[in-house]
Amino acid sequence: MRVIVPISVGSWARLFSRWDVLAVLLIVGLLVFLGEASRHLFEPLAELEKQPPSLDPRFLPEYAARTTLRMLVAMVFSLIFTFTYATVAAKSKRAERILIPLLDILQSVPILGFISVTVVFFMALAPGRVLGAEYAAIFAIFTSQAWNMAFSFYQSLRTVPTELEEASRNFRLSAWMKFWRLDVPFAMPQLIWNMMMSMSGSWFFVVASEAISVGNTTVTLPGVGSYIALAIEHQDLKAVAWAIATMLVVILIYDQILFRPLVAWADRFRFEQEAGVLPPRSWVFDVLRRSRIIERLMRPFAVLWRLTLRPRRPDKVDSGKHTLPLAQSRIAFQFGLIIVALGAAALWQIVRFIVEGITLADVGTAILLGFATLARVVVLIAIASVIWVPVGVWVGTHSRAANIVQPVAQFLAAFPANVLFPVVVSLIVLWRLDPNIWLSPLMILGTQWYILFNVIAGAAAIPAELRAVGVNLHVRGWLWWRRIALPAVLPYYVTGAITASGGSWNASIVAEVASWGHEHLQAFGLGAYIAQQTDAGDFHRIVLGIVVMSLFVVVINRLFWRPLYFYAERKFRLG
Amino acid sequence: MTAALLDVHALRQSFPRADGGEHLVLEGVELSLAQGQIVGLLGRTGSGKSTLLRLIAGLAEPSAGTITYLGEPVHAPAPGIAMVFQSFALFPWLTVLENVQLGLEALGLPEAEIRKRALAAIDLIGLDGYESAFPRELSGGMRQRVGFARALVVHPNILLMDEPFSALDVLTAETLRTDFLELWGDGKLPIKGVILVTHNIEEAVLMCDRILLFSTNPGRIISEITVDLRQPRNRLDPQFRELVEKIYVAMTARTPTPLQIGTGPAATIYTVLPRVSANLLSGLIETLAAPQFHGKADLPVLADELHMDFDELFPVAESLQLLRFAEVEGGDIKLTDTGKQFAELGTDDRKKLFQRQLLAYVPLAAHIRHVLQERAHHGAPKSRFFDELEDHMTSEDAELTLRAVIAWGRYAEVFAYDDDSGTFSLENPT
Repeated sequence: MRVIVPISVGSWARLFSRWDVLAVLLIVGLLVFLGEASRHLFEPLAELEKQPPSLDPRFLPEYAARTTLRMLVAMVFSLIFTFTYATVAAKSKRAERILIPLLDILQSVPILGFISVTVVFFMALAPGRVLGAEYAAIFAIFTSQAWNMAFSFYQSLRTVPTELEEASRNFRLSAWMKFWRLDVPFAMPQLIWNMMMSMSGSWFFVVASEAISVGNTTVTLPGVGSYIALAIEHQDLKAVAWAIATMLVVILIYDQILFRPLVAWADRFRFEQEAGVLPPRSWVFDVLRRSRIIERLMRPFAVLWRLTLRPRRPDKVDSGKHTLPLAQSRIAFQFGLIIVALGAAALWQIVRFIVEGITLADVGTAILLGFATLARVVVLIAIASVIWVPVGVWVGTHSRAANIVQPVAQFLAAFPANVLFPVVVSLIVLWRLDPNIWLSPLMILGTQWYILFNVIAGAAAIPAELRAVGVNLHVRGWLWWRRIALPAVLPYYVTGAITASGGSWNASIVAEVASWGHEHLQAFGLGAYIAQQTDAGDFHRIVLGIVVMSLFVVVINRLFWRPLYFYAERKFRLG
Repeated sequence: MTAALLDVHALRQSFPRADGGEHLVLEGVELSLAQGQIVGLLGRTGSGKSTLLRLIAGLAEPSAGTITYLGEPVHAPAPGIAMVFQSFALFPWLTVLENVQLGLEALGLPEAEIRKRALAAIDLIGLDGYESAFPRELSGGMRQRVGFARALVVHPNILLMDEPFSALDVLTAETLRTDFLELWGDGKLPIKGVILVTHNIEEAVLMCDRILLFSTNPGRIISEITVDLRQPRNRLDPQFRELVEKIYVAMTARTPTPLQIGTGPAATIYTVLPRVSANLLSGLIETLAAPQFHGKADLPVLADELHMDFDELFPVAESLQLLRFAEVEGGDIKLTDTGKQFAELGTDDRKKLFQRQLLAYVPLAAHIRHVLQERAHHGAPKSRFFDELEDHMTSEDAELTLRAVIAWGRYAEVFAYDDDSGTFSLENPT
């Protein structure tokens, strides 16, 4: 399946537009605002009444169910966000100009570092404190799911085939009907693929967001994440093993019950059918489809659904096109005014925030630490590439191996790597290794798989004839890699590497600091800085760390990944 | 004949160009569709005939002029005007039945009636048995039948057809045309008038009561031809052939630059060049030089012989004329002495001859070479020429023209071009 690039690649004429600047301003402003608000709300907050979680594995099914439920709720919100935000961005040229850069920058914000801030914020909003923590966890998961889904939906909406668009208009479908009959079905395969990616990514967050300590307050939500946190505290490797086993089972069930049926169902929405590719199958989907009971249960809903598709005013012709130019310019003016006002408010927030609590030295420290983490990310991506590109090419060119390895790699990508952290950390403690080096691999543990399965997909897509030419001309060894394999997989590799590097930055917040019982390990880096400031409850520096990290990610995306992506697309995309 | 279903008056469509000018697509179009008529819009790619159809469908707004349907101006998709698309435009995730029902659902009809009418349309168009199939399971011909059923089921007054048979193979297209004409002739179709866009001359003569010929750049109606032949028409009927010939003559006589009577006017740097490969040019020269034609051929006969639409054949003929390898006149193409000479030569000498003709008669090629020779490093970026062209044509045309001149220049070894860096140079890699 074609994978959508996880960064905005719409226009590449200019690296940064003024809309990007505005987007950065708005988001930094929002971060600062939340940080400020939380700082004030934080004081009166007392210790949560703790219902101490237990390390008894018998509780694990319940914990797993709660963890899963949080993700599902967040997914519902992500879908609502996707359908509204992306639709507005795709349908309104004016809104698009700010919404898309905004989304692009939002993607780069390491929300993992921000959980502490949102916890305090939501707890103050919610009547019961536990509920507030739930909100915060769900919000954190939402932020890990929503952006790429909205992106994919937006890109699909932009590429709806013109003739179908024209047919819908010719047969005078209402906007609502067109949305559900054309836009959503067309976007469905990509959207489901991105939902799977989002789900995979968000396991990481759900585990991290269940046990948070801000200053002296520790918030614990019953779930697999808090179970692991407790196991770490008690140095209980057996409990960790139980938790890992539970996660394996949960992800397996998830895959079988939810995603496989969805993928099998979404196959009918595929626009181009590649010849010779077997349609995806799912036993759950087959059972559901053939079941009479399900069909009967669904029928009333189907009838209701069709009623909503009814045009309300059948003969009303859309009048949107005849807006007078004067009214148009007035709308444009108001829009501009709102944007400028928001931008100014954001700028004011930021300036006040900086003047109040941040010194130039702080900023310098954060940037320096950022370079340390950058070095780690670069080295790790390079190492992962050296390992996984050859493996991926080999697997991709051997279809039988690909059929086995591809789903395993996708499964590994879904597995929350932070569940494995305690095992690694206990080893580091045991062998007295240097945390600056040995904590680093944790950052890429979960994200390296994106490189692998993208390269596999790329290698599998090399046309058989091209490979035959290679064999026919006796192109072997390094020449084969240089002339055939590497160019062919480059566009796919870049896509995977972008995802992997973005994910690694985020993971650094939990990977550069680790503990095992009383042992605390810390590496020199921006992730550790954010984690440290979270522990200290220093909201100024949390926000500073997050902003610096976001800017690092954005700048690297724009200066490095985006040009590389365009180069690879233009030069090496086959067919 | 009763009042007109549709009236198009003084229609004009243009788009703003990069340099602030405007790109004119359609100009001064007058058209009227009476009840019971099939009107054909015939022209080459870029003649704006599909644009006109979309304006009538209300899918776009004209820059000037009026479109009146049953006395009402058309500003948005009007009820009673349905369209059949070249690429079928079926929803791949809906079954045949659901595709056909779509337009009725949009009308908000009761479910029982939707079903009844959809099944009737499916039956009429010969799709029974396929109701639950998905479009991807159907052949091209069957897909276009779904396209027809979907349009007919809403009982439109006017059916718009945008090259509905051009994506089909010859036999399938013929079957579909015959079936359509039969239903139309028997009055079984719930429509009152048809507008057919096509670039196939025989198809137009076969189906239409009136044919409007369009020129290119901008699209204007250059001629109107009434077809009085009785249905069913026979392609081999001398009267039919005569009409086809007449249209060929009209199209060659009145096509604007560079294809003019005789040798045509000299091209300028800013002449939009057709993208025709050197191989295709050699191929046509060889065909014309063959004993069968003796250097001169009737264009319709040639098109038949080579299985090419006139839309495909014209750019090749035009290029030959531009390079003075051939002359086009009155629906005929005739090799010049240079053309005959070209046919006799071997590969290297052909290149030399081509180079001579290219530098002599394609000023853009000569211009590029001249600039390269002037410069110290004998190199120049593509953007230099692109900007120059863009002041006189749309950026798409500028790109196409540069691509065309690059292809010819490479073949003739007049200059080299490196796509990676986007630069022209004089050295060929050795």
